[in-house]
Amino acid sequence: MKTKTLITAAAAVMMAAAPAMADLFVPSLTYRSGPYAANGIPTADGYKDYFTLLNERDGGIGGVKVEFEECETGYNTEKGVECYEALKSKSPLAIHPWSTGITYQLIPKATADGIPVHSVGYGRTSAKNGEVFRWVFNYPANYWDGASVAISHILDQEGGDLSGKKVALVYHNSAFGKEPIRTLEELGKIHGYELSLLPVDHPGQEQKSQWLQIRRERPDYVIMWGWGVMNQVAIQEAVNIRFPMDHFIGIWWSGSENDVKPAGDGANGYKALTFNGLEKDYPIFDDIQKHVVDKGLAAGAGDQIGTVLYMRGLYSALMTAEAIKKAQEIHGTPDVTPAMVRDGYEALDITQETYAALGLPGFGPDIQGSCQNHGGQGLGAVSQWDAAAGQFKLITDYIQSNQDVIAPLIAADSEAFAAENNITPNCD
Amino acid sequence: MPDQLLFGMEVFLNGLMAGVLYALVALGFVLIYKASGIFNYAQGVMALFAAMTLVGIMEGRVPFSHLINAVFGSNVHHFGWHLPAVVGIVLTVGVMVLLAWLVNALIMKHLVNQEPIILFMATIGLAYFMEGLGDLMWGADIKKLDVGLPQGINGTIDQITFDAFGYGFFIDNLDIWATIIAIVLVASLMVFSQYTKQGRALRAVADDHQAALSVGISLNFIWVLVWSIAGFVALVAGIMWGAKSGVQFSLSLIALKALPVLMLGGFTSIPGAIVGGLIIGVGEKMFEFAIGPMVGGATENWFAYVLALLFLVFRPQGLFGEKIIERV
Repeated sequence: MKTKTLITAAAAVMMAAAPAMADLFVPSLTYRSGPYAANGIPTADGYKDYFTLLNERDGGIGGVKVEFEECETGYNTEKGVECYEALKSKSPLAIHPWSTGITYQLIPKATADGIPVHSVGYGRTSAKNGEVFRWVFNYPANYWDGASVAISHILDQEGGDLSGKKVALVYHNSAFGKEPIRTLEELGKIHGYELSLLPVDHPGQEQKSQWLQIRRERPDYVIMWGWGVMNQVAIQEAVNIRFPMDHFIGIWWSGSENDVKPAGDGANGYKALTFNGLEKDYPIFDDIQKHVVDKGLAAGAGDQIGTVLYMRGLYSALMTAEAIKKAQEIHGTPDVTPAMVRDGYEALDITQETYAALGLPGFGPDIQGSCQNHGGQGLGAVSQWDAAAGQFKLITDYIQSNQDVIAPLIAADSEAFAAENNITPNCD
Repeated sequence: MPDQLLFGMEVFLNGLMAGVLYALVALGFVLIYKASGIFNYAQGVMALFAAMTLVGIMEGRVPFSHLINAVFGSNVHHFGWHLPAVVGIVLTVGVMVLLAWLVNALIMKHLVNQEPIILFMATIGLAYFMEGLGDLMWGADIKKLDVGLPQGINGTIDQITFDAFGYGFFIDNLDIWATIIAIVLVASLMVFSQYTKQGRALRAVADDHQAALSVGISLNFIWVLVWSIAGFVALVAGIMWGAKSGVQFSLSLIALKALPVLMLGGFTSIPGAIVGGLIIGVGEKMFEFAIGPMVGGATENWFAYVLALLFLVFRPQGLFGEKIIERV
């Protein structure tokens, strides 16, 4: 008995003395409650399930387990900042704020703390300029890319000529909703279409005035920059006035099943941008079923797998995991720090081979990052709602946004930010 | 006829229809305030809860299924039935009556004679509790609500106005139904309060609690009754708004649309809620139509409050509210 006790004590001492391999801490600011919970739940589930899959199937990333923690924000900016403050002492390798408002608040804080912030297709567009926004990333595309991709698709529909056409932008009357205006105005000068602006006040439950105006003015196309209930009401109103749904295009945050299902069959043909694939038979689903769902480890109720927003959450986790892998490669250690992960993000190199190897063939555009480019190549695709199948389907390849227009806008905005905040653009 | 005049007429009519929807929400506030002096912060959440319950019952969803499955490792989500809307509505009314009884038994009964601010704060707590309860019972997903009401442009009005003016007016069938239902609802409430024993008792309590108690009217019963009626009105509002946007959390925010209506129409008058709703609906739509384009649009939310405040300057108790006289 005495010997056994001694052996146990010795083992305990040895374990305590051995260098502990810290987990890779990747928290998530989620909103499973509140007005946007219907969107927040699938996104958070996809994000968490991907890391659970890596832990269960691969033993983590580079042999180190991922430690995951959610902090509930309710999509409230103040709570988001509180979450960040509570989590930052644990050295998170990356923060996904899941809200443009929270992202804006975290940009100066995370920059001071040296923690990478990744706003996937939302947040501050000009953060693409990595020389100014050293700790902020917005792969794989930003709002200005989205506006340009929408116009490119309309150009394609109209045989390359938009002169004399009318395009209406129905947008959430907030910083988020106003993002595409400048880009659409610039593109209007080039392509000759007339742009009309129709703001909708938060939360967007009452849009009769806007859609009566659309009915009167009969624009050729309507582009929507909406979120939450605004999307469902806008699509229902478009159905009510019999606006042709294939001439109605939403940003990627206006294109989930949640947005179209309340309008029923009338929403058939509605289009939305996307920066990720929407297939229902990716090989990764088998792994998720086997290693996550069947083990009872699925996030939430496990009923969101394969939905648009679930896949977007999963894609976000995938990019972060690839950045961590890249950081491990660059620095030759599995125990990476937030600063190393920033290097990983800047060296991000996701190709079609990468997607295929991860069980997601053709899932997204190629992404090549650099110090200067924190936002990717600016590619987006168009999806269309098939009401009978109950599914959004990709109807285009990935379309290159007009960087001749967007790059100068990003340069101007980021330089203005740098001047305001005494930042010298650099790659140190 | 000039195009702008035609468009203005179309906007005016749509404003009236929108006003009816606002009034439906405001009615619930008025009923409870009139009977008990409580400003029920939870009225918007009651509309959400009622609509969620209706969809849940109609679709045969198992309440608390996520919780049950998480605790017992089961996988139950549906009972396997799909009930007609009428049955669903009747059962949902039952749930709202049960809720009214619980609210009275667990909260209001214990707060008799407390300051109005205490009662108001209790309803804030109730609102947050019901938000969570609704999500836990039925899930936070956006639910399609289909009780068979037609939606979309009314072809007859479109045709008649086109023949008359060369421009077909857009009037949503759902709005027309909302108007008919609101008229029936208000008429029923009037008949109930004027010609039934319970209705007269309710009016007596509204006039003077102490006097009503002294003649043997049960305050508890009246409060359960009035919360039940408010729950029914919330269900009607939830159906109308939920048909537009799907049943989702944001339904609870329709209360924001009722506030300017209450300020304008008064907190104690059912006709005030109706007239206030119509004035706000028409006012905000016409302002957006005429002035909105000059100031960048999106004026409706704030203009409704400006309009209500303008009325308040001249009639602090609202158009139909009771004048408060306090003797020192």
